[in-house]
Amino acid sequence: MKIRFTLNGEAREMETDERRRVIDLLREDLTMTGTKEGCGTGECGACTILVNSESRLACLMVAPQLDGAEVMTIEGLARNGELHPLQKAFIEYGAIQCGFCTPGMVMASLDLLTRNPSPTEAEIREGISGNLCRCTGYQKIVEAVSAAASARKLGGRP
Amino acid sequence: MKVDRIPFEIGKATPRADGSAKVSGKEKYAADYYEGDFLWAGVKRAGVPHATIKGIHTEAAEALPGVIAVLTWKDIPGENRLGIIRRNQPVLAETVVRHSGEAVALILAESRGALKGAIDSILLEYAPLPGVFSAQEALKESSPLVHEDNPEGNVIKAVSVETGACASAMGECDVVVGGVYETPVQEHAFLETEAGWAYRAENGACVIVASTQTPFRDCFEIAPVLGMDPGSIRVIAPYLGGAFGGKDGITVQCLLALALLHAGGRPVKIWWDREESFLAGVKRMNATMHYRLGAKQDGTFHALECRLYYDGGAYSPLGGEIMTLGAEHAGSAYRIPNVSVKGWALYTNNPVGGPFRGFGVPQVTAAMEQMVDMAARKLGMDPLSIRLQNVVRKGDRNCVGVILTHSTGAAECLETILGHPLWKTRDEWKKGAGLFKVRGVGLACMAHAMGYPPMVPDEARAKIELTAEGKIRVYAGVVDMGQGNASTYQQIAGHILVQDGPAMELVLPDTARTLPSGSSSASRTTYTYGNALIEAATDLKKAILKAASAQTGGTRPEEFVLVPDRVRHIPTGNEISLGELAGSMDGPARTATGYFRMPVTRERLDAIYMGPHLIFSYGAHLVYAEIDELTGQVEIARYLAITDAGKVMSPRVYEQQIEGATAMGIGYALTEDFKVANGSIVTQDLATYIIPTSMDIPRIESIPVEIAEETGPFGMKGAGEIGMSGPMPAIGNAICDACGIRILRAPFIGEAVHEALLSGNAEEADL
Repeated sequence: MKIRFTLNGEAREMETDERRRVIDLLREDLTMTGTKEGCGTGECGACTILVNSESRLACLMVAPQLDGAEVMTIEGLARNGELHPLQKAFIEYGAIQCGFCTPGMVMASLDLLTRNPSPTEAEIREGISGNLCRCTGYQKIVEAVSAAASARKLGGRP
Repeated sequence: MKVDRIPFEIGKATPRADGSAKVSGKEKYAADYYEGDFLWAGVKRAGVPHATIKGIHTEAAEALPGVIAVLTWKDIPGENRLGIIRRNQPVLAETVVRHSGEAVALILAESRGALKGAIDSILLEYAPLPGVFSAQEALKESSPLVHEDNPEGNVIKAVSVETGACASAMGECDVVVGGVYETPVQEHAFLETEAGWAYRAENGACVIVASTQTPFRDCFEIAPVLGMDPGSIRVIAPYLGGAFGGKDGITVQCLLALALLHAGGRPVKIWWDREESFLAGVKRMNATMHYRLGAKQDGTFHALECRLYYDGGAYSPLGGEIMTLGAEHAGSAYRIPNVSVKGWALYTNNPVGGPFRGFGVPQVTAAMEQMVDMAARKLGMDPLSIRLQNVVRKGDRNCVGVILTHSTGAAECLETILGHPLWKTRDEWKKGAGLFKVRGVGLACMAHAMGYPPMVPDEARAKIELTAEGKIRVYAGVVDMGQGNASTYQQIAGHILVQDGPAMELVLPDTARTLPSGSSSASRTTYTYGNALIEAATDLKKAILKAASAQTGGTRPEEFVLVPDRVRHIPTGNEISLGELAGSMDGPARTATGYFRMPVTRERLDAIYMGPHLIFSYGAHLVYAEIDELTGQVEIARYLAITDAGKVMSPRVYEQQIEGATAMGIGYALTEDFKVANGSIVTQDLATYIIPTSMDIPRIESIPVEIAEETGPFGMKGAGEIGMSGPMPAIGNAICDACGIRILRAPFIGEAVHEALLSGNAEEADL
């Protein structure tokens, strides 16, 4: 089947199998490997992407669900080579270790901050609780999200 | 030209070298290769824990469209054996399977769909064999043998440590506490499951890009399987998506190499899914530990007796060595004159036991540190005083009799807790518990040896280059599995050569480009490689200054200093760019190498198998825990982690290590229970194997006790593992403090705590 969608602001048209998982479509067909797969069953959150500005798990979606949608992956977050404030905060606060959970964690955090621009620490912890990280103990991630929120530098970006 | 860029400094937090690439999704992990016309490879796994193979029926799979080849042990060109200490693990099973995750056939296919179809179509015909499913069972004379040809039956390794006269000393004690303590199997659950990519280089070499902690060792382990020279195999290790010991050794590498032989020149990819990772990956071994600790009335520890049984699973990639490190740490961080420790690692038909952050030490620390609290309660002492009284100090002998001649900061860790507000206000906090809640405060003290045992040379070779373009390139031969050591190497070189991030390049481990530097394990990476790099960077600095003086005839090297991107002549202020200078130097002059070998004990090499360790990191943890009396749920409210890992070189990377290890330890204590029933895995996914989320880990306060280790690079010691051992005993002690209940089997899941509360099992085990 043919699907049309916007990927990181760019219009795409693809011929694909209707059972194709979105994560495979992104990683394998489009070689956009920034979106990671950690479990394939919706438990780890590593494959979190934004579909129509809401966080979704690419391992639990199939290609037709993207038809007509606006999709954003981690690759679409930086603009003109400039990292998003949230990405900068992750670097600055040491919220990255192995980095395999990072793209999904950043996308989930972005979704949280879009819905709730000034979250409390408890709200941040709840907001990212669907994304597992085995390296950091979460503290630095929470600090990074909190710093990005309080800096109010998101400037209306998605 | 004015330079306002700030070079790397030791002791200051600097951004990680990998931060930008990882946060933007650009970093390429072993799982991220999909180039060209590649093939997928995968494995048919046994599915039964112990059986004789009567037939491997591959015809139906071979006939499926998209299936390129189905390989069995008969297709292995060399010897069908893997292993580090003992080469006894088949790459593909021959006539017997010994655990349910054992690989039996290897399939190459055009797509993942075709691969899955082929795996499902292979029929394995078995004659079941009786299995052994626990360490205690494995020791019985009447039990079936997991390896018929093992001269020690089901024993992988047995060790015995005796210092003083334990048996008589126990009789001299005023108080003896004891119990049988059990810890669960723990799964690494790194986010990136085992993955790799293989291709043929133009010169015919087999190139493997893998998520591995041991690239150099891998070449030597794979080569005999393929009947190849190790030099014709090249292993590249990009940044890993976590490992924690679970990628210490062969996972996908040998299968990839074998597949490549049948791939007709096409690249091959293997990427285990989560279920396969759970099924086939190595695990932290469960342990059953019989402990008796004896003390004098004044609180002095006098005697310790332990029997340790570690379930090694079907094969032993370091199972015996892991148990041995447990035995070496059986007395935790205390001075005990009379010690008897006996340990066994045993073959069973359970999943394969292997390295996991802590390497056998979290098990014994969990047992010992709870014994310490039991002794304190029985003596009417407080748990901090009894620890301070008995903790090892520099010059003391540890429990295996080694004199601690290096930095020994265990007492300082405990003293930091003594002065901390969380300790001082603990009673107030405990009184604030709400309805149906009880609160407790728990302590633990830990030691963790750094590096390999003396019989295995712990060495690293560093290489550094001033490139033709004038950049400083560090060739790191030790893997960065996420812990940030590669960034610290950049920081070390940048500090010595006065350069900053943009002036530096990193080459990650690649057996063709970097020098052998051992594994990324054993809390050794920054200590060992860092020392070698200091030597290399210092030599390169000399070469650069010498070249600068040669280029400006009549000046001396001492008249120059390095500044970012340039060399400055102090008397005149003239500067030469590193690029310009590089042009005047030939290749060898622009390259420097360094070597370091970790010091080892000179005495008592016979104390323990492969020799005892000399240098240890230490820690003390304090936890505030609240228990829900209605559900048994344990919630961690506050956590304080004090660590002696020497001087802190890179504060952020250090904090990450301590916070991450502590979180992993909290998971080990509260929820992580990898369940295996008669050899079959019950917890098959992350829905049933529960690792902590952001909601389960409290704010962790981490304080370093910065005592310089004189042999360490800039005074540091290893920090990777020490934090892992604290949470289980500290939480166990907090539960006991809150409820008066000692739960001798971890993890302390809500149901277990609830059951203990209901049964009113308040007495502590006593012998």
